[in-house]
Amino acid sequence: MYTLGIDIGSTTSKCVILKDGQEIAGTSIVVAGTGTDGPEKALTEVLADAKVSRKDLSVIIATGYGRKIFSAADGEVSELSCHARGVHHIFPNVRTIIDIGGQDAKVIALNEQGRMSNFLMNDKCAAGTGRFLDVMAGILQLKIEDLETQAALAKEAVKISSTCTVFAESEVISQLANGVSTPDLVAGICQSVAVRVGSLAKRIGIREEVCMSGGVARNGGVRVAMEKELGVEIKYSPIAQLLGALGAALYAYDKACSK
Amino acid sequence: MGQETTKPKHVVDPNSAKYKLGQLAAQAYTDAMEAKARGEKIGWCASNFPVEIPETLGLYVVYPENQAAGIAARGGGERMCNVAEADGYSNDLCAYARISLAYAKLKDAPEQNMPMPDFVLCCNNICNCMIKWYENLAKELNIPMIMIDIPFNPDYEVSDAQVEYIKGQFWDAVHQLEEITGKKWSDERFKEVMASSGRASRAWIEATSQAKYVPSPFNGFDLLNHMAVMVTARGREAAGEAMETLLKEYKENHEKGLSTFRAEEKYRIMFEGIACWPWLRVTSTGLKSRGINMVTTIYADAFGYIYNDFDEMCRVYAEVPNSMNLERSRDKRIKLCKENHVEGLLVHTNRSCKLWSGFMPEMSRQIGEACNIPVASFDGDQADPRNFSEAQYDTRVQGLMEIMEANKGGK
Repeated sequence: MYTLGIDIGSTTSKCVILKDGQEIAGTSIVVAGTGTDGPEKALTEVLADAKVSRKDLSVIIATGYGRKIFSAADGEVSELSCHARGVHHIFPNVRTIIDIGGQDAKVIALNEQGRMSNFLMNDKCAAGTGRFLDVMAGILQLKIEDLETQAALAKEAVKISSTCTVFAESEVISQLANGVSTPDLVAGICQSVAVRVGSLAKRIGIREEVCMSGGVARNGGVRVAMEKELGVEIKYSPIAQLLGALGAALYAYDKACSK
Repeated sequence: MGQETTKPKHVVDPNSAKYKLGQLAAQAYTDAMEAKARGEKIGWCASNFPVEIPETLGLYVVYPENQAAGIAARGGGERMCNVAEADGYSNDLCAYARISLAYAKLKDAPEQNMPMPDFVLCCNNICNCMIKWYENLAKELNIPMIMIDIPFNPDYEVSDAQVEYIKGQFWDAVHQLEEITGKKWSDERFKEVMASSGRASRAWIEATSQAKYVPSPFNGFDLLNHMAVMVTARGREAAGEAMETLLKEYKENHEKGLSTFRAEEKYRIMFEGIACWPWLRVTSTGLKSRGINMVTTIYADAFGYIYNDFDEMCRVYAEVPNSMNLERSRDKRIKLCKENHVEGLLVHTNRSCKLWSGFMPEMSRQIGEACNIPVASFDGDQADPRNFSEAQYDTRVQGLMEIMEANKGGK
């Protein structure tokens, strides 16, 4: 039996096809989120990756900001529950999830059964989200995937004191004008995200194991900064960005089984 | 060509609580307008100013907070906030204050007009920002401001010294108003007003407590509308009668298995904070569509003033929610959650109200632990529509619902 989870975020559409609720048969990531053709493209790509057709899918569950407007779905579950479910599937001992997406950051507490017991999300400000990193990478004329390697070269992270994305932009520009090295600046930017989101994690109460999910988790610079900030090891999966879609595929499997 | 059919307009039963309470809330404005037209001096009054004073003196007052909420709910919040901001008032200030200060300048808002004041009555027991707001109103309009200072109480109980401090100011306010308006204080009339306020308060508290039944006989959003009468008219005899009608209806609803919550009640939450008036329908629908009934709010307690004599009345005004310390505020909410079988807490992080939103992260954490319920918060504003994101609200409410569902063993 094949089930599909689709996570339609603000900037990216992600799909996972599960075989019998266990094996990942296919995945796709398309950098185009809700309101674009990204979800349809992601669906086409995941079907090709899994070598299955639409009629092979028993149930489709949508999650993410675009979850309600994806007409092909048989149901929708919040990205909070989906990340909790997806992370628990990969890391059964995780009790705290830090999920940083394109425009929001969430900290999710899991109970012993791996169910979400509490959560906190960022306020309306984009500080500490993927958007913040996108803007900073743009100023530094770096690709987003280069931030990790640049941060690793840093001698001393420069403190970025503004949490506001707009003010931080001008702060980074003046640091560049002062001759600060790009790696030190990138490390400072990663640290800024870690401090901002780390405070949410501290508020909810950190229980180990701790895992990062969402697109920003792919950035090792932020993961290292987060480990320093929280003083705990951060679990990471190479499919961190797909964990919400994986959770949705697991909910789809539940639904298919209860039919 | 077929005959056009029009949907019959819903007529509210004039004997219903909804009709009576709606009339009373509207009457506060029309009475004040008529009094102004007759040449009487009228006032603008803070929501937790002792209403017994203007009521006993026979003065008509209207409530800027109530007006601002009405303007915001009818879509005028952003326009009015922009007027105030163009005059130099910061976007960080309370949106009620911004709307009110804009109204003082424009003297017109089609969403809710009210007569211009001859004096303002301020009491800071609910909000300290209000002092500067009212000072500016008084200065801009060149009218007197009467202030009753009831500062935030860091202790759990109200001391006798605090009561004495309030009593002194109470009489000073009465004397100032006698001088300004020419009206005279009457102890007999004061007793009648205290009785009316007590009657309305008792009925209000008992009506809101009917949420103890599962399912609740009412939709908690009703309280956000009905409390307008507790703010503007609690000292009037008709308020008591209307609140008793509300209580009777809720009791009947329970007996007949009815409710004003027009959906299956799957989950019961407490809503914390002032309503997000510009997005009232969105916030209400986001709950109702998921079968979430907001069965209680601190308003159920906030505008019920139960006292037996003058000293007790002064004490009660020092015990309104935002003047109490965190521990007492927390205990009141825990009581409401437990009595009303609340399964989750939804907190409005209201950008306008720094005090309320400031203490909520810690208080809601303590309430969540004490009641073993999940807590979710969303960003919004009581009157400025720009501080709310529908998608963010929706995700948080759904997350809260999914935890409540899991707690019931549903998933």
